Amino acid sequence: MSEELEKPVNTKKIKEILSANDSARIKTWLSICARCGLCAESCFFYLANNRDPKMSPAYKFKNTLGEMYRRKGEVDRAFLRKCYDMIWGECTTCKRCSMFCPFGIDISTMIATARAVCNSQGIVPEGLARTSANYRETGNQMGMATEDFIETCSWMEEETGEEMAGLTIPIDKPGAKYMYTVNAREPMYYPQDIAMAAKIFTVAEEDWTMPSFGWDCTNLAMFAGDRALAGQVVKNVYDKAIELGVQNILITECGHAYRSAKYEGPYFLGYQDGKPPVNVVHSVKVFYEYVRDGRIKIDPDKMIEGPVTYQDPCNVSRNGGLWEEGRALTRLLCKDFRDMSPNKDLNHCCGGGGGYIPMGPEFKKRRMISGQIKAEQIRATGAKIVIVPCHNCFDQIRDLDKEYGLGVKVMSFKEIICESMIVPEKFQPRDEDEEEDEAGGGGE
Amino acid sequence: MVELYNFLAGPALWVTFFIFFGGLVFRIAYLYGLSRERDRVFYNHMDARWAFQSIVRWLIPWGSVSMRNQPVFSLVFFVFHVCLLGIPLFLYAHNLLWEEAFGVSLPSISDGLADNLTIVFLACVVFLFVRRLVRPEVRILTTAWDYALLLLTAAPFVSGFLAYHQWGPYQLMLILHILTAEVLLVIIPFSKLGHIILFFFTRAFIGFEMGARRGARTW
Repeated sequence: MSEELEKPVNTKKIKEILSANDSARIKTWLSICARCGLCAESCFFYLANNRDPKMSPAYKFKNTLGEMYRRKGEVDRAFLRKCYDMIWGECTTCKRCSMFCPFGIDISTMIATARAVCNSQGIVPEGLARTSANYRETGNQMGMATEDFIETCSWMEEETGEEMAGLTIPIDKPGAKYMYTVNAREPMYYPQDIAMAAKIFTVAEEDWTMPSFGWDCTNLAMFAGDRALAGQVVKNVYDKAIELGVQNILITECGHAYRSAKYEGPYFLGYQDGKPPVNVVHSVKVFYEYVRDGRIKIDPDKMIEGPVTYQDPCNVSRNGGLWEEGRALTRLLCKDFRDMSPNKDLNHCCGGGGGYIPMGPEFKKRRMISGQIKAEQIRATGAKIVIVPCHNCFDQIRDLDKEYGLGVKVMSFKEIICESMIVPEKFQPRDEDEEEDEAGGGGE
Repeated sequence: MVELYNFLAGPALWVTFFIFFGGLVFRIAYLYGLSRERDRVFYNHMDARWAFQSIVRWLIPWGSVSMRNQPVFSLVFFVFHVCLLGIPLFLYAHNLLWEEAFGVSLPSISDGLADNLTIVFLACVVFLFVRRLVRPEVRILTTAWDYALLLLTAAPFVSGFLAYHQWGPYQLMLILHILTAEVLLVIIPFSKLGHIILFFFTRAFIGFEMGARRGARTW
């Protein structure tokens, strides 16, 4: 950042972005905000920072994008640096304020536009800039090579195949019902996540595949304010789905990936109909249907006894519409479910959204402060386990657990399902003797 | 004075109505045109039911979570708007003038009621003004223009009230009453007060964008 401050500002570029975004919506929002202040109480940054009025959503958009338009793009780097702290450090674009504004002003869209302006001048958190470079080079945020990804999948297939007979991780299978896409950190750091998903699909006897490209459904470019790249990232997934002729794109337990693929992607790409070319579904919904419909049976003896709460990831619940499915699935898996308050479409962001987790150490302190609201919510439930179907919430709540001494275990649905599902006989691992017997018997 | 009154109640009033209605129509038409060009994609997600709910829930008192979270402010806010629209429209004296000028009028409320409502309205104005001053999250957003608009909104009511009671110089009060009301009407289409119409559009949009697509209630 420091050397960035020395560089001149390309106001021509800024004006272009401002002009391209000078839509009826933004014009109207900027001009009718009545400065009533109702949005303040809706924002967890405001609540967690001793009700600092500078944390109110209206203050943030007024002093970033509002000011950019007021100055007609004639801004300097010092101003953009101030914006940087507000639009990345004090907003996760969770959209909660839109629900509390009498005019329904979509402040997160305006913050995202301000991010686009800053990004155009190279003002962007380093953690996000790094992922942008990776997306450009490899199509995934962690810069993982295709061979490494495929190798990881086959390694997981091999290893997990020992625990579950008949388990495969099909790659590029044409016409599958679900093309399962993941967060790049799964193959990179948590390959067992892929293994667990494979187990669930195997037991559910699902027709699924993983793509060899476009497998990373995350879209941090969306949060970095690079809309052209954000469009390309989501297009990688769409294109592969079309190429394979799959029926649905299935998103792993990740929130923003769902928002990107299902809702924002078509906007980035300027699709006239505003819809993704292939239907997009989220794991929470699919897993819920498996358990609800008995395709996956939960062992009653293995159901979680202790108190459990469910974290509504903003981009799965409010911005994804799946709060009921998440709860219903939790109830099917756990005996003592305790809801947070507020919740569902009015949940508070955990503080890890909007690119905050990958933004790294520079923002860690602020992230821990703003996460206080979520920490208190969790503590109030008395839960010992927090189910979190989102990678960014997952990291944040684990950090909050340490910071605030919550004493909770953070788990994904995958993990709980794998621990408690009944694996039918035919998928039970065959021990060596049996296999030999079968071979000796000259069976299949 | 009489000439000034005749001017304000005559040609100036016509110009005011022209600017008020014309300005609103122009603003809507301009924004609509712009939206067809730049926000086109959102028309795909239009949904009358969600749009309607999103509007109505914010028109009824405590109809939204946000309003229920701040019940006192919401009540004042609601009463303020009801009085602001209701008193001028249903005032007996105004209806007499319309009957005279256009041959049509609305039902009217009694002068006593109008008088009491005006006091209630002005109390709401004081509340909103003080709220802007004392609540840090509101004060930080508030500009001089916001205070000015609030005072301007109150001005026709104050002058009308004084004129009705014949406190102070009657003719001057009457002239101020008409003048401030005309200034207010002229400003509405070109300021944040344009929300008298734009409210319905922004609420409809967020209603169906969050509701029809995601099932999230924006109220």
